[in-house]
Amino acid sequence: MFQRAVVPIDLKHAENLKKARAAAIDLAAHYGAEVRYVGVTSALPGALAHTPDEFEAKLKQLAEDDAAGKGVAVSAQVIVSHDPTADLEKSLLDAIRAADADLVVMGTHVPNLGDGFWSSNGALIARHAPVSVFLIRAV
Amino acid sequence: MSMEPDAQGIPEPEGAANLIETEYEIGQDNIESSLGPFGFDVHNPVFLVSGLSIVGFVILTLALQDQAGAVFNGLRGWLTASLDWFFLGAANIFVLFCFFLILSPFGKVRIGGRDATPDYSYAGWFAMLFAAGMGIGLMFFGVSEPISHFNSSLGGTTFEGGVRTDWAPLGAAANDPKAAAELGMAATIFHWGLHPWAIYAVVALALALFSYNKGLPLTMRSVFYPIFGEKIWGWPGHVIDILAVFATLFGLATSLGFGAEQANAGLELLFGIPNNDVSKVVLILAITGVALISVYRGLDGGVKILSEINMGLAAALLLFVIVVGPTLAIVTGFLDNLIAYVTLLPALSNPIGRADTNFSQGWTSFYWAWWISWSPFVGMFIARVSRGRSVREFVVCVLLIPSLVCVFWMTAFGGTAITQIVQDGVTSVADAPLELKLFKMLAEMPFAGLTSLLGIVLVIVFFVTSSDSGSLVIDTITAGGKVDAPMPQRVFWCTFEGLVAIALLLGGGLGALQAMAVSTGFPFAVVLLLACYATYKGLADEPR
Repeated sequence: MFQRAVVPIDLKHAENLKKARAAAIDLAAHYGAEVRYVGVTSALPGALAHTPDEFEAKLKQLAEDDAAGKGVAVSAQVIVSHDPTADLEKSLLDAIRAADADLVVMGTHVPNLGDGFWSSNGALIARHAPVSVFLIRAV
Repeated sequence: MSMEPDAQGIPEPEGAANLIETEYEIGQDNIESSLGPFGFDVHNPVFLVSGLSIVGFVILTLALQDQAGAVFNGLRGWLTASLDWFFLGAANIFVLFCFFLILSPFGKVRIGGRDATPDYSYAGWFAMLFAAGMGIGLMFFGVSEPISHFNSSLGGTTFEGGVRTDWAPLGAAANDPKAAAELGMAATIFHWGLHPWAIYAVVALALALFSYNKGLPLTMRSVFYPIFGEKIWGWPGHVIDILAVFATLFGLATSLGFGAEQANAGLELLFGIPNNDVSKVVLILAITGVALISVYRGLDGGVKILSEINMGLAAALLLFVIVVGPTLAIVTGFLDNLIAYVTLLPALSNPIGRADTNFSQGWTSFYWAWWISWSPFVGMFIARVSRGRSVREFVVCVLLIPSLVCVFWMTAFGGTAITQIVQDGVTSVADAPLELKLFKMLAEMPFAGLTSLLGIVLVIVFFVTSSDSGSLVIDTITAGGKVDAPMPQRVFWCTFEGLVAIALLLGGGLGALQAMAVSTGFPFAVVLLLACYATYKGLADEPR
């Protein structure tokens, strides 16, 4: 049913995304799909990596660790943005289209008061992505 | 699986560069949590100290509006009078350092590593650095400053008890309109030419080098690694970053004050909107609202687009003044003014033994302090968008080209106004208060209503582009160099920039704004002198 799944990953909060990552790998194993972890970062040194290359290596490692022994083909893609806070959704949507994905599996937080002002990233992706989006709550 | 950032094996930037090995991890001192539904990720103690002081400052100034004015004005007078030699001397050093960078082999070093390619096109880059760097000031002082110097020079020197009481630059030019015009233009260009841009270039280059090439976080403290070593992650670094936040906030607030003053004056002239505190506060609030939308849309979707619109509008107004105004005088004036500027530069920039104390303290010293207080903001902003440029390309583009554009801008606006006075005998420009001079000059030309409106729109858009880029910068400093901190923090800083401007405007007017800009400019000038040395050290061990 699905061939290519994109999983947006916020490396900073990879722990909170455990369920989403596990679900993505299981679904991919079930349908024989490939999985691509997608992360967004800036070219400036950040908390997780000094350069985008270092960031990509970490993302790839995470994907490979998650898929180990599951027989799922994984890849990692890093999008370099001038302003990750503001451009996150746009960058992710571009990546989803570019990857020709037919499924997005994404971790998201439980809706709260703040979502009345700021839609969560997951909600925005679900609203705008051209493919099925599976939102998985962090808790 | 390793989610811990590992200190070893830091990959190189693109191509050769020389990373600094440090145990410090970006964000290790940050507090990441949420306040109600809003998440935040801030540096402790930089955010807490600067955030709380600013909130306290706004409340105190608003509570003690009557006393605040006198305190601020006294402070400004004292600082510019007793430290004028320091401001003038420091600024000269920055200019010389920039020329050294252009001519030395360091010019070959590339920001972001030897093989890095520029992130932005020349047009987008230039628009952003110009809109952030000069902004409202060009609108406020474009006509008013040349006219002020022209008038005071024409008036000649006056003495009281052996002390100069006139405001003319250098030896004035009593009753000689041609010489007075030349002196007025040279003095104005002096304040808008090489010196301010050298100050920006020094800060911007230092930040870009230590962040893109050395792998340190994008905050002021990183620049001081060659001097303080690992200590920059402790209190010496906190102090530097907090100073940078203060300087940025008060420097910006000063410009916002000028902008509100001028936009209000223009609106009164065009539409009869009353020129009072209420209008100005409403104006600042409305403009801060637009800036909020811009920071929400981010660097590419908000700030860059607005900067480009801004450049387009400014170019349109400039072109109008050139074509409709005294075209020939402006074109020939460009070269004359440039020559006058270069000829008078040594005398104007001389830091000691000045007779023209009102001019050198009241104008030059104030300007240098103001530019310096702007420098962390403009510098960091320029640094962020300058990856992929070589040091030589960078300094030429940040120092020489904007200086030339300023010469041209001042020649067009100031020159036109002076021509109106000298040739046509118009007195309205000379008689008008500072904030109205631009509109009075436009009123002497055709389509005055339209161009004045364009002028007001430009003031407002310049206002917004300074406010939004300023918020991004303060947010990055107070988040310990993170550029991906949560959105609510930007909103907080953008809102408080507006509030600081309002508080200062109500509690002492422009004098208060200027006093705070100068007070924060002084300690930061010391920081900048150290930064020159650190940059030299940093460049020296960079592959060329």
